Amino acid sequence: MEPVVHLRAAVALLGRFPALAGIDLDVSRGEIVLLRGPNGAGKTTVLRACAGLVPVVRGEAIVLGHDLRRDPRPVRRHVGLLGHATGLFEDLTVADNVRFWGRACGADPGDLAAAMDLVGLDGRLRDVSVGRLSAGQRRRTSLACLLARRPELWLLDEPHAGLDHTTRDQLDLLMGRAVRQGATVLLASHELDRAESLAHRVVELAGGTTIAHTAPDARRSPSERSRSGAPEPEASAPSSAEVTHVA
Amino acid sequence: MWRDAALVAGRDLRIEVRSRVTTNQVAPFSVLVLILFAFALDPDRQLLERLASGLYWTAVLFAALLAISRSAAIDETDGVRDALRLSGLDPAGVFVGKAAAVAVVLFALEVLLGVGVVVLYGVEPAGAGLVVLAGVAATVAVAATGTLYGALVSGLRVRETLLPLLLLPVLAPVLIGATRAFEAALAGVPADGWPWCGLLAGIAVLYSVAGALAYGTLLEGS
Amino acid sequence: MTAQASTTATGTPHGEGGASAAVAGQTAPVHTGSPASRVLGGLALGSIALLVLYGLVWSPADAEMADSVRLMYIHVPAASFLYTGCFITTVASAMWLRRRTPGWDALAGASAEISLVFAAITLGTGSLWGRPTWGTFWTWDARLTSTALLTALLIGYLALRRLDVDPTARSTRAAVLGLLLVPNVIIVNRSVEWWRSLHQQSTLVKLDPTIEGQMLVALMVGFVAVGLVFTWLLVHRFRVAWLEYQSERLDLDQALAERRAEAGRATEAAGRAEGTPA
Repeated sequence: MEPVVHLRAAVALLGRFPALAGIDLDVSRGEIVLLRGPNGAGKTTVLRACAGLVPVVRGEAIVLGHDLRRDPRPVRRHVGLLGHATGLFEDLTVADNVRFWGRACGADPGDLAAAMDLVGLDGRLRDVSVGRLSAGQRRRTSLACLLARRPELWLLDEPHAGLDHTTRDQLDLLMGRAVRQGATVLLASHELDRAESLAHRVVELAGGTTIAHTAPDARRSPSERSRSGAPEPEASAPSSAEVTHVA
Repeated sequence: MWRDAALVAGRDLRIEVRSRVTTNQVAPFSVLVLILFAFALDPDRQLLERLASGLYWTAVLFAALLAISRSAAIDETDGVRDALRLSGLDPAGVFVGKAAAVAVVLFALEVLLGVGVVVLYGVEPAGAGLVVLAGVAATVAVAATGTLYGALVSGLRVRETLLPLLLLPVLAPVLIGATRAFEAALAGVPADGWPWCGLLAGIAVLYSVAGALAYGTLLEGS
Repeated sequence: MTAQASTTATGTPHGEGGASAAVAGQTAPVHTGSPASRVLGGLALGSIALLVLYGLVWSPADAEMADSVRLMYIHVPAASFLYTGCFITTVASAMWLRRRTPGWDALAGASAEISLVFAAITLGTGSLWGRPTWGTFWTWDARLTSTALLTALLIGYLALRRLDVDPTARSTRAAVLGLLLVPNVIIVNRSVEWWRSLHQQSTLVKLDPTIEGQMLVALMVGFVAVGLVFTWLLVHRFRVAWLEYQSERLDLDQALAERRAEAGRATEAAGRAEGTPA
C-alpha cells in the first residue's frame, strides 16, 4: 500500500535557514500520526511542506502520490491545513467565510452547511462576524472550512491549543470520523496526553530531523484507545514498546 | 478564472460594505482633499473652476491609494495567503477580482467627488460621453495598476510608505490623460479628448494583462 | 589568477575578468578590478579628456545657444545611456524570472543604480543648460519632466530592492517591478511629450539635425566617453553586487550540519532527563 506521506532525508529552507535538515517520515492511509518535539524542531514546517507550501530542496518528498520536489502545487487541493493562523476575514461572518473558502475549492453548498453543523456552529453563530468570536469559535470556523474541502490528508498544527474541553473532544471525534472515512491525519501537538491517546504512532523531531518513532501503545491499553474513537489503521503500527531510533 | 474573479470581487466588496471604512473614512477624506485645495488656492471661483479637472483627479488618486492599500491588506491577514495558495483559486482570477472590487469602490468615490467638484468649485458639467468613457478607462487603469503594485508591496512592514512611492510615478500618465480628457469635455471640445481616452484605455489593458500574469508569481514567491 | 567568482555561476553575462583571487569562502577580494576593466577605465579616461578638448576648446559655440550648447555633449548621451540602463534592468529582470540565477538579479540592481546616477546627470546638465537659455533652472519641458518621473521610478525600484525580507522574495518582487520599468518609461515619455507639445513651447530642446563639423564630432566623442564611463561603472557595480551575493550565499551543507547538531543536543538532553543512554 503506497504511503500517503513519504519523506526521506527531506531538506526544506525558510529563507536561508534550514528548517528541515533531514526528515524521514512515512504515514499510511488511515493513520493518525503525532509529531512531537521541542519548539523550533520543524514540526510546523513539516506540515507546511506536506501541504506544498514550503519547497523541499533535497531528499524525497511524495505526498498522495505527488512528487513535491517536481511541483508542489497539485497536492494542495487534496490536503487540509489547520495552522496557528486562522485564515479568516474578520469583517465577514462565519457563514461568509465558510462560503468563500468552500466555493473557492469547489465544495457544494450542502457540504458547507453540513460542515458548519459538524463543528457545532449553530444558526445563530453563523451570522456573527469572525472578529467578535472567541478563539475556540474561530478555530471551529477554520475547521469547517477544512471539512468543506474533504481533504484526504489532514495537517493539524497544535489543533487543541486554546480550546476548551468540549471543543477538543469534538475535534477528536471529527478526526476519528475522518479517518474512518479514509482520510489520514498528521498532527503536531504539545497536548501530549490527549494527542497520544489518539495517535497510532508518534514521531519525534528535533533540529529539523527525525530522531525517533515510537508507538503510544507502550503507554496505554488498546481498549483505552478505541474509546477515544481512533480506529485501527490499514498498515499495522509498530508493536507495543517498540522504539525505533533514527541516527 | 472568471468564476474565481467573481468570487474574490464579491468577497472584497462585501468586506468593504461590512467594515464601512470606505464610507466612513475614505470618502470623507477625499472630499476633505477637495476642500483643502480650496484653502490652498484662493477660492476665487475662477481659479478653482479652471483647475477643477486636475484637482479632481489628484483627489481621486489620493483616495485610490487608500482604497488599494485596504484591498491589499485583506489578503495580508494572518494565514490568508497560505489559504489562497491551498485553495486552488486561479491567481489571475484573484487579481481580476481584486482589481474589479477596487474599480467599483473608485467609481463610487469618483461620483461623490464629481458632485463635490460641481458644488464646491462651480463646475458646469458637459461632454458626458467623453467624461464617462475617460472616467471608466482611467478607473480601470488605476485599479489594475494599483492592485498589481499593491501585491508587490503586500505583507511588507513598509507597505504604507512604499506603495505611494511606487505607484504615483506610474500613475502620472493617467493623471495627465484623465485631466486632459476632462478639460476637453468641459470646454466643449471633445475631439481633443478622445486621443487621451485612448491612452488611458491602453494603460488599462497593459496593466490588466500584466497583473493577471504576474499575480501568481508574486503570490508564490513572496 | 582565475575569475571563478563570476564564471562558475551559470547565466551571468560578465564572464571575463572578475575579482582578483576571489572565490567564495576563500580569500576576500581586495578590489573588483581586472585587466579588462582597467583597459576599459583607461579608455574611458582618455575619451573624457578628448571630450573636454572637443567640447570646450575645439568645437565652436552655437549660433543660438552660445556656449551652453557644450552641455549638450554630455546631456544627450547621458539621457541615452539612462534609457539604456533601464532597458538592461528590464531585460535582466525578465531573465531572472526565467532562469532564477543570481547574476541576473545583480545586473538588474546594478544597472538601475547606474541609471539613477545618469538621471541625476541628465537633470543637472539640463537645468544648467536651462539657466542661461530660459532664465530658470527648471522648466516643464518634455525631456526634463519625463526624466524627473523616471528618476522617481528608479528611486522606487531601488527602495524595493533594499527590503529586509528573505532574498528570494525580494528578488522576485524586484524582478516584477524591474520588468515593468521599460513599459513605464515608454508610457511616461509618450504621454509627457504629447502633453507638453500641446503648448507649442519654443523652448523644446531640439538639437539641430543638420549639426555638423566640429560640433558633430564633439557630440560623437561625448557619446563614446559617456558610454565608456557607463560601462565601466556598470561592470564594477555588478561585481560588487556579485561579491555581496557570494558572501551571503548559503553554504547549505554547513547550515544543515549546524541544524542537525541541535538534534544531537536535544537527544542528549532528553537522554539525561530520562536516564537512558543517548
